[in-house]
Amino acid sequence: MRLELHKIHITGLDFADETYTSGGTLFINKNEAEALIAEDRRFAKVELDLACPGESKRIIPVKDVIEPRVKIEKKSYFPGFFAPMEKTGSGKTLVLDGAAVVTCGPIVAFQEGFIDMSGPGAQYTPFSQTRNIVLYVEPVENLEKHLYEAALREAGLKLAVYFAKCCADKEWKADEIQVFEKGDTFEETQKYPDLPKVIYVCMNITQGLLHDTYLYANDLRPALPTLLHPNEVLDGAMVSGNCVSACDKNTTWHHLHNPIVQSLYARHGKDINFLGMIPTQESTVLDGKLRAAAMNLSIAQQLGADGAIISEEGYGNPDTDLCLNAKFFENAGIKTVLVSDESAGTDGASQSLADATPELDAFISTGNVNEMIEVPAMDKVIGCKEAISLLSGGAEESLRSDGSMFVELQSVIASTAEIGFNKLGCEWI
Amino acid sequence: MTYRIVHYINQFYAGIGGEEKADHRPELREGFVGPGMQIEKLFNGEGKVVGTVICGDGYYGEHTEEARAACLEMIKSLKPDILFAGPAFNAGRYGFACGDIAASAGEELNIPTVTAMYPENPGVELYSKKTYIAITSDSARGMSKAVPAMVKIGGKLLKGEKMGPARLEGYIHRGIRKSFFHEKSGADRAVEMLLAKLRKEDFRTEYEMPVFNKIPPAAPVKDLKTATIALISSGGIVPKGNPDHIRVSSAESFGSYDISEIKNMTPDNYESIHGGYDREWANQDPDVVLPLDIMRELEAEGVFAKIHPIFYTTTGTGTAVANAERFGQEIGEELKKAGVDAAILTST
Amino acid sequence: MTREIERVAGIPVVQIATIVPIMLTVGTNRVVPGVAIPHPTGNPAMGPEGDKAVRRELLLRSFKAMTTPITEQTIFEK
Repeated sequence: MRLELHKIHITGLDFADETYTSGGTLFINKNEAEALIAEDRRFAKVELDLACPGESKRIIPVKDVIEPRVKIEKKSYFPGFFAPMEKTGSGKTLVLDGAAVVTCGPIVAFQEGFIDMSGPGAQYTPFSQTRNIVLYVEPVENLEKHLYEAALREAGLKLAVYFAKCCADKEWKADEIQVFEKGDTFEETQKYPDLPKVIYVCMNITQGLLHDTYLYANDLRPALPTLLHPNEVLDGAMVSGNCVSACDKNTTWHHLHNPIVQSLYARHGKDINFLGMIPTQESTVLDGKLRAAAMNLSIAQQLGADGAIISEEGYGNPDTDLCLNAKFFENAGIKTVLVSDESAGTDGASQSLADATPELDAFISTGNVNEMIEVPAMDKVIGCKEAISLLSGGAEESLRSDGSMFVELQSVIASTAEIGFNKLGCEWI
Repeated sequence: MTYRIVHYINQFYAGIGGEEKADHRPELREGFVGPGMQIEKLFNGEGKVVGTVICGDGYYGEHTEEARAACLEMIKSLKPDILFAGPAFNAGRYGFACGDIAASAGEELNIPTVTAMYPENPGVELYSKKTYIAITSDSARGMSKAVPAMVKIGGKLLKGEKMGPARLEGYIHRGIRKSFFHEKSGADRAVEMLLAKLRKEDFRTEYEMPVFNKIPPAAPVKDLKTATIALISSGGIVPKGNPDHIRVSSAESFGSYDISEIKNMTPDNYESIHGGYDREWANQDPDVVLPLDIMRELEAEGVFAKIHPIFYTTTGTGTAVANAERFGQEIGEELKKAGVDAAILTST
Repeated sequence: MTREIERVAGIPVVQIATIVPIMLTVGTNRVVPGVAIPHPTGNPAMGPEGDKAVRRELLLRSFKAMTTPITEQTIFEK
């Protein structure tokens, strides 16, 4: 399977009469884009705003981040959402690399977060480094929460695909073409009989409103673990429908960039034979957790895996899924490394995980979600600055009268992403 | 500016004598004595050992209160910017004295303190959370490395420089987790760790599995028919409007509410504010998290005597274990005072 | 929390919770497995009567748990 990502490096954003790219700038027809989203009658208000690295801007409360992309020939993306239902992972994809659609609006639950484009908060989130088109919406009165969540999720995807499609329709030239190519596991094992076979188990929050993940537009909650070719992951098969706590949410942008998939891919054929990714569940019932861990193992065993990387999403009860996966795999002789954040309390002195198992002896930490950070006021707040009092990691006293905030790291979007995107990690002091 | 350094050592390193002089009483000498010379030298003109406090290990161990008070008084009189103690290597009583005086001086005088020990020194277990303990070898043969290790940490503390992870700075960690930026992403570190594990090479986990405390089970309720049962929840069930502003996650408080007049939890009187699960069902009927309705029925049927009038509640998502333990202790005290016989605690 | 209440008050504390492994890890002595994380003491999918029946059964089992002498962490299954 061969996937080509044709990337236009976006280094600037501006509003214009048309939507297109030129000289690294993404020009956006604001009225047309807003009208496109306002077609959805579930929104009472739709507004686009821009936020670029280094600017004194805070975006709050953020739900999801999506990279603008489109299949070059078919002019569509995200099967089941804004593309016909079909397999992803091959052909050519146009990527507005460096640009991101950020969805924002009154909170659905507690699990949205914020992005600072400059200052000390900026270093914790990758989205202080992207050129962001912020989609702010307000739902019509009394819109049922699940419908609001769906509307907002779809609006972000729709806008991201629309931007890329507009650019694809005009004149454009890729700055970089990235190729991902790998055969089926049978072919690759014949090619590299001596390399250790490695599988990646990507745990996803699947626990209800604002706690779900979509695979080929299908809610993963009632689904079962399955196997994906890494190209499918990197080409729009996975969509986020959740926030967990903002810090350890895998945004749609993260799925498209899945750093564990990319890191394993980079070693494929050299150090390892990368078998693929198992998207799996974090259930709300114990049997669901046991079933997912058992089936993850079954898939890994059918493929003859020697090693596995397993990443968590969220914290708390999913720590049990993490432990069960470690236990089942290790006891079956498959070596594991687990990636998770820690919930060590605001003073860092508490135990980091809600569950523990001796088999979990190789742990990669992505930071303490409870660590307190101070962020100064920003010149401009896109969204609603008071939302912090309602978010996980915030409190009523978080927002001070001068606009600065004293909050837990968990209120910053993707600050402790357990998919391993950031460099942050806990150490003993 | 020249930093004023005070150094604490035992009778042996002061050249007074060995075990036979272990009862040596606290004594103050001007300038450096013994290993203090190297401390001052390593400060390279930026610091001066203004005095050395000497105490016999036996005396400190057997007359801790008096020894501590006397030594503190001497240290205080020198108006130090920092206190160094030891190195104590694997000497148990010396380690205890170094740890105790360092921890006390840090607390009383509010100055940075540094000592140095072998990780298995009993002083480590007692004082590693209260002072910086540089890691040394198990005997004085390691002196040439131990003093620079202490001075490096002390220098950083004096200058207010950022302290890195314990394993890199060379001290025994204080049981605190802190986030740092690594050179590589979590994904890259994970793949490298897996490769090492597959190749049976050494690797260092970034978090060792914790060991949780366990306690022997309490004796059962003897006679259910006469028992008062308390209801407790960490499922975020609170009176509508969350009057005590309990946090949706990382709770730092719990609420206690009188439910003696309530027969049933309904969306009109109670709600869930828990930030860690889908609250759709709990908000339609809070009894699915806190089963008051059926408890009232069973109470009326005489299965047990009565429901404790006060209901305790908090949110158990992201809540620090230390806070959860504190809530438990406070609730436990109240239940004990009220003479409650058993409790049912529901968690989400 | 459960462990500390039990230790300080010296009374049996029965925990109804869904993710049993966590309860065992943190030291709960009497565990009654709950239905699901968002609704440990009920099952709304079974309708109002079914929901209540589930709750009653869980509570009766909790009473059994609190009146049973145990020497180690015990899960009280149906």
